[in-house]
Amino acid sequence: MRIRGLFVLTALACTATGCSSIEPWVKPYDRENLADPIMSFSRAPISQDFLDHVFESREGSRGATGGGGGGCGCN
Amino acid sequence: MSHKARTRLSRYVITCLGLYSLAGGAFAGVLPEDRADVLYFRYDGGGVTINGPSMLVRKSIGEHVSVAANYYIDMVSSASIDVQTSASPYDDERTQSSLSMDFLHGKSTYSIGYVNSDESDYTAKTMFASVSHDMFGDLTTISFAFKSGQNEVFRNVKIDDVKQNDPAFNDGLGHADMESKSYSVSVSQIVTKNMVLSGQYEVITDEGWLNSPYRSVRFFIGTDAQGSQPEKYPNTRSSNAASIRAKYFLPWRAAVDGMYRFYTDTWGVIGHTAELGYVHPLDTKFAGGDWIFEGRLRYYTQTAADFYADIFPRADFSNFMARDKELATYNAITAGVGATYEFKIERFPWLSKGQINLRYDYMTISYDDFRDATYSLGKFGVLPDEPLAPGTEPLYELKANIFQFYISAFF
Repeated sequence: MRIRGLFVLTALACTATGCSSIEPWVKPYDRENLADPIMSFSRAPISQDFLDHVFESREGSRGATGGGGGGCGCN
Repeated sequence: MSHKARTRLSRYVITCLGLYSLAGGAFAGVLPEDRADVLYFRYDGGGVTINGPSMLVRKSIGEHVSVAANYYIDMVSSASIDVQTSASPYDDERTQSSLSMDFLHGKSTYSIGYVNSDESDYTAKTMFASVSHDMFGDLTTISFAFKSGQNEVFRNVKIDDVKQNDPAFNDGLGHADMESKSYSVSVSQIVTKNMVLSGQYEVITDEGWLNSPYRSVRFFIGTDAQGSQPEKYPNTRSSNAASIRAKYFLPWRAAVDGMYRFYTDTWGVIGHTAELGYVHPLDTKFAGGDWIFEGRLRYYTQTAADFYADIFPRADFSNFMARDKELATYNAITAGVGATYEFKIERFPWLSKGQINLRYDYMTISYDDFRDATYSLGKFGVLPDEPLAPGTEPLYELKANIFQFYISAFF
């Protein structure tokens, strides 16, 4: 039932928005703040890698740590 | 024989080191910028000191290709709580090198990479591939990634005072294999002109030798004595992790971000991670350059694995038995601060900017069911003057200082 509901909702959303031509609601010229380096999820990848290593060594959890689809695939 | 339980876990994880830096940008339609970084780090806590350098270089070739290389050295000096109760302190070194390539085609970025890690009793080879695609006016980026790791485990022994791999390990084979695979999907979404959201789901499966070749569990003998036997882990482990993170640009040019991750696996561990961060650049130049300050707070909590116990009721109590404190019930808090000094050098027009960075993190972990067994077993074989009864020792706490100093150059 839940999956069917999801399909109906998606269909309604597509009908309302015209799935093939979704207009970006944040225009490219409005993305100045998003392009600021301080908005990067990892300003310093070399440092983030090291900290991720520390956390994964000390924590039982692993994976889904970001990095452009990254995470740890080795344990 | 040195007890290298923690290092082993480090090796699993360290194999992934570089994946963040090698994994390209968060948005598919743009190649990451050219840069070179040199990092020196030092971790000091729980009797373990790890320090070393890491070097990362990323360079574009033409307009569609970017390559990255990372070289990393871990120098470990360990007298951890596990080592104190069952072995001698040890020193070891691990080196890791990795290479990756991103290829930009239209609104898609294809990435491949390879990571090689070598240590005296553990080798790991990991390959990864991913594809990212921008859609809906570049507001949305969806990524799929796959990783595969082949690991070989050994056990070091000292024969005639010379450290070497134990030929008797794993029923005389001398080595054991572990294979790991990871599948992940992630979505980044620009929500407003000041906010970006990102979600990720990752499944990881392991098969093969998963426990430490060194660590033991302890068990009661009667009511006031204890014995030990090697750990016994299942040969498989599958985990699911889902995370969501958001970053928001504040009106006074600063950014605040938050992250939550839920984790569960077939060993019965359930983990929750939450993190808050704040980045604040100074408005005015100071000492001839720009300054960026950062603060971060992380909270982590987990439940124990089904087969974990600080001390088991008797020997061979169950099929699987573990006393790895990272499989116990505990919570951790980490607080960090960082400062970046950003500058340009007129004489070097090819250098778009340089950065000098300092970062310090303090981590404290409180275990709910992992006791400090040195109160009953002593340290390095030396019994305490008044040993406590097994199972009555105080709960263990770990505190660690983490330093980073790194220089970055952007071209």
